[in-house]
Amino acid sequence: MAETATSHTSARNHAEKDLAVRTSPASHLLEAFAAGSLAGTVELAELPYLTLLGVRAAAGTETADRLASVTGGLPAASGEIRGSGETSVLWLGPAEFLVVAPAEAHESLGGALIQALQSALADGEGQVVDLSANRTTFELTGPRARAVLEKGCSLDLHPREFKAGTAFSTMIGNIPAILWKTGEESFRVLPRASFADFLGRWLLDAMREYASAEVP
Amino acid sequence: MLLIPCPNCGPRDETEFHYGGQAHVPYPKDPAALNDREWAELLFYRDNPKGAFAERWVHSTGCRQWFNMLRDTVSYDIQAVYPTGAPRPDSATTTSASPEGAVQ
Repeated sequence: MAETATSHTSARNHAEKDLAVRTSPASHLLEAFAAGSLAGTVELAELPYLTLLGVRAAAGTETADRLASVTGGLPAASGEIRGSGETSVLWLGPAEFLVVAPAEAHESLGGALIQALQSALADGEGQVVDLSANRTTFELTGPRARAVLEKGCSLDLHPREFKAGTAFSTMIGNIPAILWKTGEESFRVLPRASFADFLGRWLLDAMREYASAEVP
Repeated sequence: MLLIPCPNCGPRDETEFHYGGQAHVPYPKDPAALNDREWAELLFYRDNPKGAFAERWVHSTGCRQWFNMLRDTVSYDIQAVYPTGAPRPDSATTTSASPEGAVQ
């Protein structure tokens, strides 16, 4: 028992050390985001280290049902989001989903979501893959957030078409990204990690006309 | 810019898609039996019709699924979108309108 306790403690120490040295894909833009945001108009921030899991299972199969019981449902059509609590499942394709959960759900921070999904998958046909490092998350909020996105996204972002609580995989600023409308004036943009620098700077540039001082 | 109706995601910009060439090119039942000419024609020879053309497309930045599309190569009119493996639907107009200004 004593040995197990020691190994647990050392594992946790290792995890803490790993977490202390990790950097998010847009961490170098932290100050630029703060400087380029204007409270009450448009604000940009990175939400680093969200737990992202790629889930694949064909709809209607027993495997999909088992996975759905862990996540709180799987979306059935483009744009839909299912989930429970702080876990959301985004629709990426007819048999492909992205589970988004807080950073604490990751196994490196003691979460059990991945293990729960993997045991639900068991030997069924499908996939549960940890993709947390694959994408980062930007949060764009404020009354001008839609106008900023409309500069580089061909989807109809008007509220009558694009409702809060939906997400689409599309192109923003000529790069592929997932656009998730979390509230009437708040969006999450999930680019791949290698595009984080580009899209962060692109968004800052697009925000500039709204978040700079008025020219007299 | 084409507005392509993806069967899973609805209408999206052409830039979200990739072209996959002519649809309904059957893989030979016994590839080893083909001579060099037949093999070259299978790999490289494609129709180039003026009018309705069945082609493959993939929604690469959306649902990442392949589908077939019947498109008019002159007017760019999208006549039908149907799943891969399904037979080619009848085209509404096989004789397409001449491009504007073309000498008749």
